[in-house]
Amino acid sequence: MKEKPKRKAVKAKKVELVTAPRNGAQVIIDFLKSAGTEVIFGYPGGQVIPLYDALYDSGLRHVLARHEQGAIHAADGYARASGKVGVVIATSGPGATNLVTGLATAHMDSVPLLAITGQVPTTSLGNDSFQEADIYGISIPITKYNYLVKDPALLPSILQEAHYLAGSGRCGPVLVDIPKDIQTTLITAASGPSDLPDKQNGSRFSEQQLEAMIEALTLSQRPVIYLGGGATLTGVGPDILTLAEKLDIAVVTTLQAKGVFPDSHPLSLGLPGMHGSKYANLAINESDLIVGLGVRFDDRVVGNVRRFAPLARIVHVDIDPAEIGKRLAVDVAVVGDLREVLPKVLAKIKKSSRPEWRQRLTELRTLYPMEVPASSGTIKPQAAIKTLSDLCNGGAIVVTDVGQHQMWAAQYFQCEQPRHFLSSGGLGTMGYGLPAAIGAQLARPDRPVVLVTGDGSFQMNIQELATVVENELPVKIMLINNGCLGMVRQWQQFFFNRRYSQTVFRYNPDFAGLAKAYGLDSKKISKPKEVDRALDWLINNPGPTFLEVEVDTEENVLPMIPAGQGQTDFFEVAEDEQ
Amino acid sequence: MKKILSILVRNRPGVLSHVAGLVTRRGYNVESIAAGPTENQAVTRITLVVSGDGAMLDQVAKQVGKLVDVISLEDLPLEEAMTGELAIITVNVDRGRRAEMLNLINLLGLTLTDIRDDSLSVMAAGTAKSVHMAITGLQPFGIRALARTGLVALSRPGDPMATGQEDEQ
Ligand SMILES: Cc1ncc(C[n+]2csc(CCOP(=O)(O)OP(=O)(O)O)c2C)c(N)n1
Ligand SMILES: [Mg+2]
Repeated sequence: MKEKPKRKAVKAKKVELVTAPRNGAQVIIDFLKSAGTEVIFGYPGGQVIPLYDALYDSGLRHVLARHEQGAIHAADGYARASGKVGVVIATSGPGATNLVTGLATAHMDSVPLLAITGQVPTTSLGNDSFQEADIYGISIPITKYNYLVKDPALLPSILQEAHYLAGSGRCGPVLVDIPKDIQTTLITAASGPSDLPDKQNGSRFSEQQLEAMIEALTLSQRPVIYLGGGATLTGVGPDILTLAEKLDIAVVTTLQAKGVFPDSHPLSLGLPGMHGSKYANLAINESDLIVGLGVRFDDRVVGNVRRFAPLARIVHVDIDPAEIGKRLAVDVAVVGDLREVLPKVLAKIKKSSRPEWRQRLTELRTLYPMEVPASSGTIKPQAAIKTLSDLCNGGAIVVTDVGQHQMWAAQYFQCEQPRHFLSSGGLGTMGYGLPAAIGAQLARPDRPVVLVTGDGSFQMNIQELATVVENELPVKIMLINNGCLGMVRQWQQFFFNRRYSQTVFRYNPDFAGLAKAYGLDSKKISKPKEVDRALDWLINNPGPTFLEVEVDTEENVLPMIPAGQGQTDFFEVAEDEQ
Repeated sequence: MKKILSILVRNRPGVLSHVAGLVTRRGYNVESIAAGPTENQAVTRITLVVSGDGAMLDQVAKQVGKLVDVISLEDLPLEEAMTGELAIITVNVDRGRRAEMLNLINLLGLTLTDIRDDSLSVMAAGTAKSVHMAITGLQPFGIRALARTGLVALSRPGDPMATGQEDEQ
């Protein structure tokens, strides 16, 4: 079929006609207000002074980070926790380049962000001027879209379009680079009609595809739903619950979907893939139907493509047509928004039970339980996280950094609601956790926010402790200190003959002392018997609180399927290694 | 395998960087990329020729189709689309062989664009095949410099042969 050019105008609401002329900076601030922005994260500098001047008495809340990377991860955490577009501002040159990791992080996990950077004046562009960096060029591959504003008259419509793009369809970060003279020029134009080809909300599935999906679901004896970030973005938890219960479908949830389907539900198998439970991976292996909902069949989940779910037909529902068949051939593809697809499926499907499958799932769980390893003198990180989970009882938002502690949190922290587990999945960005926890707490002041971090990751954005205290955010920080870059050390232990090249710290600061110096209440524990009381204190102490938990260096994340291996190739740790 | 993608994009600064960046970044093999204005001044047409295996070519089309500025994308069957290319070629020719050379130029239907003591420059326009033929024909004289536009293509009007890439059926 020949696709007709779509030239529909953007449906985002129009900025009202400008009465008094305002400068570009005021246009930006007014736009952010009209878009419902509650908080901006940022860091000033020479080329955004006009913008900060307009912000000064605007009434908009701005959170001053201590590093632009902190600012953008905070905006990311805010966006993930709230579902709204996160906004970050940085100056030109080094300010803008400090956003790069944050943009890539948000891009990989489809997080809606609007990044506004200052740029040298249009007259100096391209001259290697002081603090000039081509952030437009740099950010092309790590943004959903980006702009360099050269014509002040276009600023209003660009801002509107950028904000719309960030938060629609498959969400993502959008960067707008705004030269200083554009910020100071008087602008009379309002945003005109947009010429944006609108394909953001393009469900393109046919009745036939829907029928094929329904038929596959009806015929399947051993169905598994594989739930990804798209399910979080669209908030379709209730529909998925209904679907799973109606047909007795087992549900595995990726890092980005954790909480969309309650971890405590009897049909939940939790995390699949590299560090998923054996029962989750074995269920996939035995399944005759995999229903991928808002997923991208990532290599950390699928492993060896040829050995993924060998007995199963595969149904894939995603808003992004480019995800269909990208890594894996599928049997039924439905390009569409889950909010449209699922109700249609539910309307046509009849309840039917699969007692044998349910029984097999119970069997798998009993045969291969996710046990908390018994402690012998030192604290087991898995046990500490389990205790934390029990204390939080499904109410807290958990933010993680990247490494072993992240995987233990994914394995042992029970999550019952969407947007309650925030983690850099696609890019795996160490240093994400602390600033993201700041953003999450600002988005959800009504919820406890708990950060689970590692001694490596924490030092990558530790400066944001000042932001926590300055803004009186009652973030709870649990640092799992294993004295090493644990996840890399584990790979060296398993696959590189225990040659611990540059992964074991010969020196670490006194973390609890450091947190105290920043103004947090802090404690450190190292004995199993201290865990219960200390965690109780961590959760219930009012205000920003820090707990360092000392654990063994050689603790490992298990089970593990080595990269690129098949679904059931669980790595066997030799007796003397344990 | 080869694929010709005819892409209509919003005429925006940076749109070529977005398209070119995407295809190189993802490691696709680009044979040529040609961009120019269309009947609508707000719209640019990009003709992209890529080679690779079937699955990879599908991905190219999908990823390009996803770019924000892309208005539409057609996958043109190589044999049936109207295609054309242009090349400018400077050839070494000493006076002794000039007559022979002019004869060849006539025969190949090339346009003379420059003439010097020791060189001739010509322009070849036509199908990729005829441009290729001109180049091979001139090769024995010694080609000093060569510029090719890469393929531009259109589907035949009213011809339902062009397939939209974005349907998953
Ligand atoms: C910015 C960044 N650099 C390097 C890595 C590679 N990496 C992955 S996990 C890890 C170790 C993390 O150490 P820590 O935060 O202490 O967590 P642990 O694994 O010890 O729990 C490293 C270095 C990364 N993911 N991100
Ligand atoms: Mg560590």
